[in-house]
Amino acid sequence: MSHSVALERITMAFGATKAVDDVSFTVEPGEFFSILGPSGCGKTTILRMVAGFLAPSMGRVLIGDRDMGGLGPNQRPTAMIFQSLALFPLMPVWENIAFGLEARGVPKAERRRRAEELLELIALPGYGDRKIAELSGGQKQRVAIARALAVEPQVLLLDEPLSALDLKLRQHMRAELRAIQKRTGVTFLYITHDQSEALAMSDRVAVMSAGVLQQVAAPRTLYEDPATPFVARFVGETNAIAGRVAHVADGIAALDTAHGRLSARAGAGVEQGCPATLYVRPEALGIAAADAPSALGARVERLDFEGAFGLLHAVAADGAPVLAALPSTALGAAPAPGEDVRFAFAPRDAVALGTAPGEA
Amino acid sequence: MGALTARFGAGLTGFFVLLVGFWLAGLVLAPNLMMIDFALRPNLLPADVGGPLDVYSLDNLAYLANEPVHRDIFLKTVWASALVMLATFVVCYPLAYWLAQTASPSAASLVMLALIIPFWINEVLRTLAWYILFAFRGPLNALLLNLGILDEPMRWYGDGGVLVGMVYAYILFMLFPIYNSIESLEKAQVEAARDLGASTWRIHTRIVIPHAKAGIATGCVFTFMLAAGSYVAPALLGAPGSRWFTQIIYNWFFEGGDWNRGAAYALVLLVLCLAVVLLTLRLFRVSLTDVAK
Repeated sequence: MSHSVALERITMAFGATKAVDDVSFTVEPGEFFSILGPSGCGKTTILRMVAGFLAPSMGRVLIGDRDMGGLGPNQRPTAMIFQSLALFPLMPVWENIAFGLEARGVPKAERRRRAEELLELIALPGYGDRKIAELSGGQKQRVAIARALAVEPQVLLLDEPLSALDLKLRQHMRAELRAIQKRTGVTFLYITHDQSEALAMSDRVAVMSAGVLQQVAAPRTLYEDPATPFVARFVGETNAIAGRVAHVADGIAALDTAHGRLSARAGAGVEQGCPATLYVRPEALGIAAADAPSALGARVERLDFEGAFGLLHAVAADGAPVLAALPSTALGAAPAPGEDVRFAFAPRDAVALGTAPGEA
Repeated sequence: MGALTARFGAGLTGFFVLLVGFWLAGLVLAPNLMMIDFALRPNLLPADVGGPLDVYSLDNLAYLANEPVHRDIFLKTVWASALVMLATFVVCYPLAYWLAQTASPSAASLVMLALIIPFWINEVLRTLAWYILFAFRGPLNALLLNLGILDEPMRWYGDGGVLVGMVYAYILFMLFPIYNSIESLEKAQVEAARDLGASTWRIHTRIVIPHAKAGIATGCVFTFMLAAGSYVAPALLGAPGSRWFTQIIYNWFFEGGDWNRGAAYALVLLVLCLAVVLLTLRLFRVSLTDVAK
């Protein structure tokens, strides 16, 4: 078995609109793979096509190298965890967990035994006879995971299952999901619009926008080396500075911008004379020495202290906001609101991407 | 009571209580008590009423128990009403599920409208329409003869005609309670069950029907009571061999002139309906307040 899930040139059209437009990617066995994008980007449509609730207009879905065309959700080696969890409120916990086994004709005693095993796995031993309504949000979450794992799926599909939880519980469940995934070795295909969730849990992340796949990469690569302007802006905070490419040498592009000439790594679509945008992360910016050759000039508006670091909000001369994250240890020397400041950054820490026509 | 007084003042509250009291005592309790009183007295000439012959007895009920034709019609009414209930459920459940879960909003409202429009006409006229359709030289026989399905016209009046007429007449009383209860079922529950490998049969028996059981019980109770107390459908669509218990009651009152025996028969029907309601609720483990919703 080479791939756990493979999407081959999937397109899904609803009338004239394409919810998913020519998307291909593969998920490896045992991988925690996330699809990240804003709402309406087509990520849920992809998940429902893998689950079998929707049939793609074009393209193929393969699971374990088997073509899933014509197979319904009850015939696929997948199990889904719904956003609402969709636990069955009229059944006790153990019957919920064992429902998939019941559908497969497993005898009752065996079902009960398997349910107890899974309750151990999700750290809820002895909860089998509870009612669903008696469980807390996090416990329901874990029962939903156990119910999906009970059918021993090759791929577990998760549709933003943590979105209903409060922040603390969400962070806890992230670690728990990751641990369960490592323990069971099941492939996880995870849908989320929360980038910190995707970056923290995933082996690899696919970023989507408006039905189009933007980039598939490991979380750090996405953050440090975005392939498209959308990824640069959507994943993490960034400062975008528009300009024109003056020259490219040794993988470093020099851009003429409103701040003068700035240098960054040359990314996709950067050629001499072309319009391009330079992206630099807030934490890559530092207060420049007075004689720094190239720097971003701006006026400080306010400083938000966040504990480990402070966020310096500033505005450049052309009105563009500039955001810098300074470590708390450097805040003593930070400029006060109303002062002019110059930020510098190492060209290695910034990336320039070609600006497509129509994009700012 | 305190909340009512605080909200409407003592005068208005007193008026409300009086109205409800009048409705309960005057319009519900009194007629039923009078019926029981009638049922337990013998049918006498006006001159003998209140005289030495006018004593309470169970003679009228015993008459029903010992009269084989009436007894059979009573028992037949019971099981035929149960059959109407079952047939109406079989017709309504898939329709209610489709309307509540899978139909597009425009298709659902169109079908709903098509179902409701006939109910703007009075029940007698609707049954009369079936009477015309089922006539020996009527459209149904003509159609079946033309299609070559029948070689000679059928007599539709009788048990089959009554069943069809009643299922049609009571469809909405079954459909709406079931529709309401299925509509409140989250779609993801059905999807989750399917995703876990459940067959369509199992999805319905394990997820949809348990969720909708209050609505199903309500629909069944309504339909049974309406069927058992129905008069028009058996009168128009029935044949001499398919008489309904309500027709016997009618005859005692208006043709036999024996109101006492008629009241006794009606009492038996009332008790039967009460028993069915309570049994159904027990069977579905639904409480009366669930049904009232």
